[in-house]
Amino acid sequence: MRRDGSSFETWLLLGPALLVLAAITLYPLVRTLWTSFTDAQLGGGPASFVGLDNYLFALKDPGFRAALLRTLYFTLLSVGLEALIGVGTALLLQERFPGRTFVRVLVILPWAVPNIVNALMWRLILNPEFGSFNALLLQTGIIGQYRSWLGDPAIALSMVAIVDAWKNFPLVAFIVLAALQSVPTDLYEAARLDGAGPMARFLNVTLPHILPSLLVILALRAIEAFRVFDIVYVMTRGGPADATKTVSFLVYQQYFSFLDAGTGAAYAVVIALLSSILILAHLRAMRREGSH
Amino acid sequence: MREVKTSLRCGLGAFLLTSLVGLAPARAADLTLNAIFMQQAAYSEDDVRSMTRDFEAGHPGVKVALEFVPYEALHDKIVTAAAAGNGYDVALFDVVWTAEFAQRHFLKDETAAIPAADTAAVFDGAWSTVTYDGKRYGMPWILDTKYLFYNKDLLRQAGFDHPPATWSELASQAKAIKAKGLVQYPIVWSWSQAEAAICDYTTLVAAYGGDFLKAGKPDFQNGGGLEALEYMKGSLKDGITNPNSREYLEEDVRKVFSNGDAAFALNWTYMYAMANDPKESKVVGKVGVAPAPGVAGKSSVSAVNGSMGLGVAGSSAHDKEAFAYIAYLTSKAVQDKYAKLSLPIWKASYDDPAVAKGQEELIAAAKVALPVMFPRPMIPSYQRLSTTLQSAIQSALFTDTTPKDALEDAAAQAARIR
Repeated sequence: MRRDGSSFETWLLLGPALLVLAAITLYPLVRTLWTSFTDAQLGGGPASFVGLDNYLFALKDPGFRAALLRTLYFTLLSVGLEALIGVGTALLLQERFPGRTFVRVLVILPWAVPNIVNALMWRLILNPEFGSFNALLLQTGIIGQYRSWLGDPAIALSMVAIVDAWKNFPLVAFIVLAALQSVPTDLYEAARLDGAGPMARFLNVTLPHILPSLLVILALRAIEAFRVFDIVYVMTRGGPADATKTVSFLVYQQYFSFLDAGTGAAYAVVIALLSSILILAHLRAMRREGSH
Repeated sequence: MREVKTSLRCGLGAFLLTSLVGLAPARAADLTLNAIFMQQAAYSEDDVRSMTRDFEAGHPGVKVALEFVPYEALHDKIVTAAAAGNGYDVALFDVVWTAEFAQRHFLKDETAAIPAADTAAVFDGAWSTVTYDGKRYGMPWILDTKYLFYNKDLLRQAGFDHPPATWSELASQAKAIKAKGLVQYPIVWSWSQAEAAICDYTTLVAAYGGDFLKAGKPDFQNGGGLEALEYMKGSLKDGITNPNSREYLEEDVRKVFSNGDAAFALNWTYMYAMANDPKESKVVGKVGVAPAPGVAGKSSVSAVNGSMGLGVAGSSAHDKEAFAYIAYLTSKAVQDKYAKLSLPIWKASYDDPAVAKGQEELIAAAKVALPVMFPRPMIPSYQRLSTTLQSAIQSALFTDTTPKDALEDAAAQAARIR
């Protein structure tokens, strides 16, 4: 078959998919970029070009910088917890024990709960007056009296990150579990013969095998966590005292509460640029796993 | 293969059927109005559904599709739909959005559609809810302010036979109730980082004779505006305000009060009926209601204008039917019939024994509070101002930041609002 003939065919076959991509990804992207250089208002008159004004405003806005730091903290805590709990769970589920299949199904459940439902459920659990979390901690003697979890600016963001981790750790656990199953068992036997203890076996045999998959999934989770919006919107709406105002929440507020599309778009572009760093890390991790 | 054929045949059948339906002559019954309401406070979802059914029965050919969202999502739903150009026909809107919606043509000017005779028959505070720049952008519907609710039993046990007339008397009664160990935290508010906090704050600003803006410039950091926030912070420090108030919305306030865990609560009209409902409350028959207190030498009572209106959305193609629906919902007959969760906009209703029956105390409080409702600023950029103030109030209530520093910081930010 001649090469140029197949090339025409390739484009013909790719065409519909490319068109759809252009319509749902490229167009909004270009439109947002354009909006970020204007003073556009939702429902307002025609927008005019204002150059870098919105970006200068965003960079000078202490609220935006504070929100960026909060978002970074949220991402690190949530993804860190997912890595720890996820790997731990995967190691447990890899062991043989009666009812293992049942437990594996059980573990996936949090991940299957829709985000909004998860957030609403945890808001009830963490309620300061009648939440079951307080009841559990009081009855086990860990706390002396009921306390507020989402109403305390010092810990509200951490609580939201923990709830996010609870929902997403199963994904990490299952990716790692799949990687664990591909580790040749004779490597463990060899390690045992060499006198390696459990910790040494984990560090020298298990970890190198699961690391590529783990990095891929953690990078993916970091990208998602960085854009966090829905769980914050439902659980705390940015409060108390701005403690959970993440960058995506700020974009939402500029756009839909203040109707200031220009500034909102500029914030969104900055966030997209920052996420692209994470996306690059993800792609590098993917390539490493591919070559592995 | 047979399966494929069968499904093909089914598909074809369905296709023919839909085309036939499409060809049927369009009947008048096809007109559907899309209306958006809120889920909490004021009229219940059941009330709105039953009013709407009655309207449809009287207007053959018009159907109303109802959507209910939480108050916290209402503004954003309306503006998103309006900006997309395929929005609702009828929208419930808050008094603080009127300026913004009018300026952006999210609502239609209905001044000409409203009968002149209505002007004198409806409270002025109700009209101001829907008025911007001298034009009326719909009909007022929910005439509401925050009342002081008190638990008569707890007050009596502490030796008080009347509700407090001033905010400082409220604080001293609360301290006595706390000292007697009747409840841990006598007062509960809705100070969550939301509009609800601004409504409580506004009530106090009104009591202390403060201002939000003076000649277009922020003024809440001075005088009454500052004293209002100092009162809030002071009541937390004294241990008389439930510290969880800082994460509560109105429904949380209702639950705490209905559970008998608070002696005082600031809330909208709807709590009176619900706190007296045995299915919802443990304090049935003990609920007292009065206008929010005043401040000696400055005010005798205080009230915030928390009213809401119904308007025709700017993008609606069915103005006439949409306004007919609004006129029906806001009519005196309908409002008198459903006067348990929200009080009518019509002055004459308040002297009607049928409306007052079973809620005489509430009506008496309303007659005093409604005429003195204090407005939040009616400016197009209200959302920005409110968000800035919410942050300032919360930072003063949660941290060591003094009310003065928090409000001055907010004023500096608000001065930049276009």
